[in-house]
Amino acid sequence: MSDPTSPTSICDEHGPAPALEHQPVIVAVRNVSKSYRRGSHVIPVLREIEFDIREGEFLALMGPSGSGKSTLLNLIAGIDKADSGSIVVGGVDITALDETELARWRATHVGFIFQFYNLIPVLTAFENVELPLQLTGLTRAQRREHVETALRVVNLAHRMDHYPSQLSGGEQQRVAIARAVVTDPTILVADEPTGDLDRASAREIMALMCRLSRESGKTIIMVTHDPKAAEAAQVILRLDKGVLNHGHP
Amino acid sequence: MGILKLFLRNAFRHKLRTGLTILGITIAILAFGMLRTMVNAWYAGVEASSANRLVIRNAISLVFPLPLAYKDRIRQVSGVTLVSWGNWFGGVYIEEKNFFPNFAVEPRSFLALYPEYLIPDLQRATFLSDRKGAVVGRKTAERFGWKVGDTVTLKGTIFPGNWEFTIRGIYRGKDRSVDETQFFFHWEYLDETMKKTAPRRAGQVGYYMIGIANPNLAGEVSAAVDATFKNSLAETLTETEKAFQMGFVSMTEAILIAIQLVSVVIIVIIMAVVANTMAMTARERIGEYAVFKTLGFGGWFIAGLVFGESLFISLLGTAVGIGLTFPAAEAFADYLGAYFPIFFVETETILMGLAAGALVGVVAALFPTWRAVNIRIADGLRRIG
Repeated sequence: MSDPTSPTSICDEHGPAPALEHQPVIVAVRNVSKSYRRGSHVIPVLREIEFDIREGEFLALMGPSGSGKSTLLNLIAGIDKADSGSIVVGGVDITALDETELARWRATHVGFIFQFYNLIPVLTAFENVELPLQLTGLTRAQRREHVETALRVVNLAHRMDHYPSQLSGGEQQRVAIARAVVTDPTILVADEPTGDLDRASAREIMALMCRLSRESGKTIIMVTHDPKAAEAAQVILRLDKGVLNHGHP
Repeated sequence: MGILKLFLRNAFRHKLRTGLTILGITIAILAFGMLRTMVNAWYAGVEASSANRLVIRNAISLVFPLPLAYKDRIRQVSGVTLVSWGNWFGGVYIEEKNFFPNFAVEPRSFLALYPEYLIPDLQRATFLSDRKGAVVGRKTAERFGWKVGDTVTLKGTIFPGNWEFTIRGIYRGKDRSVDETQFFFHWEYLDETMKKTAPRRAGQVGYYMIGIANPNLAGEVSAAVDATFKNSLAETLTETEKAFQMGFVSMTEAILIAIQLVSVVIIVIIMAVVANTMAMTARERIGEYAVFKTLGFGGWFIAGLVFGESLFISLLGTAVGIGLTFPAAEAFADYLGAYFPIFFVETETILMGLAAGALVGVVAALFPTWRAVNIRIADGLRRIG
């Protein structure tokens, strides 16, 4: 499914795409279906979805509005539950976990990047990035070290005491990326990470995600409408009316 | 960065809204405190009464007198240790607005029966030896600028004429519950004057106060006293000092109940206001709560955020309200001290105010917390943008 010979993209500035064939499968989605209930109507959103993601893979989920791509991302990230099927991430069948176990699992295994950044407005950049570390057993000094490293990665160490309202959209998204990677999660999930940004900022964010993929070997699953952003991915999956079409960039 | 820091910052995100909510709570707690203090002031006489004292009055009504001759027969009743007597004098100082309670009393037995009135020994001795001498409470002395040795004239309303007294002592209460506005003088002075001006009113007392050895036998002693004067021209009604005071309070009990109800209604109203504020707050922050849940924070953390903020706002308003109750009560006492001689904020009122504030904070947070904790993450995240 993965194709390491992707055409030239923004990611190529950060080195060649890694060969994925021999990488272990990190996410295995099997026969997953999901529907929503609106009153007496049952609306199917995903139908028998099945695919694998290998460790270090950068995957883009594309499709028209309402195709179920964000729902699929939420299922993989453990913030929503499938009606049927299984999702195994890093060897853990997350469909078998209860809410409390899922919360604990998300805290250590998933990094989230949202379209609207979702930073906490009353916390500084430093404190926002520190948030996920509050749930770990790290000491204050260790947390500081991790946060500073993450902010250096996104090139915002000098803005760590600024509040989200004092940062541009692109900067806020970089803080959100720092928050997503600070716990060194198994997978990074990004839902329209460039959807709220201008072209220049969007390019910066995609470059950053490429760096995380190529230089740090992060597994990234990204939902996007933007073909430019999708070009950065090694694999593109297309969803249409809840059905998966495999494809390549 | 702990939960404490987070809810403190959250509390001041909407400074105007938080400020107005705190102001509302402050005013509610202040009103609550003042109303409770007013009710307590009403009951102050009842609370200050002693279990060792009984009051004997005419069985028909307090306005009818009793013969002085009863005193010896009362003294013979088993269980009675001390007998004193007096009259409500009802004198006016210059004009009626200068009201203060004034009584003609038998001074030796009266002072023995009321050890809570503290008078320096020298002043006590001078008072006892001067038939035209009077003892006045500290507050009334301060109110009119009277000093020991001053001559004061009261205009009689029940006992006509201008009555001249020399202030021989100024008493202080043993504690805050003692009324420091009263004015006492020798009953003998009143009786002798009556003998000259209205002989038919001489030898009559308004009430007897008696001391008893055992408060547990108050019922038996009361019955014995009343039995002694049964079928006489002036039958007696004997009751504990507390029951006697309650008789006055019960005349206005409906008003007191209304005041107490209003104080509770005020708390319920402010509870609704704070609940509304917290509901708006939680609604606005549903997306943020979803983010916290996404990152792995559990329901307890979210509940802590909402409850912490609600309690912080409520208790801050409560603290300011309680803080303001003291000067407000003092100002009220200065202005209406003649009608509410014992007007101070009791510890119980403070504790009730604190409990009300905490209750407001908790109740106001219940529904928003339930919503915040139970929102599906995917739904919460959809609210952002």
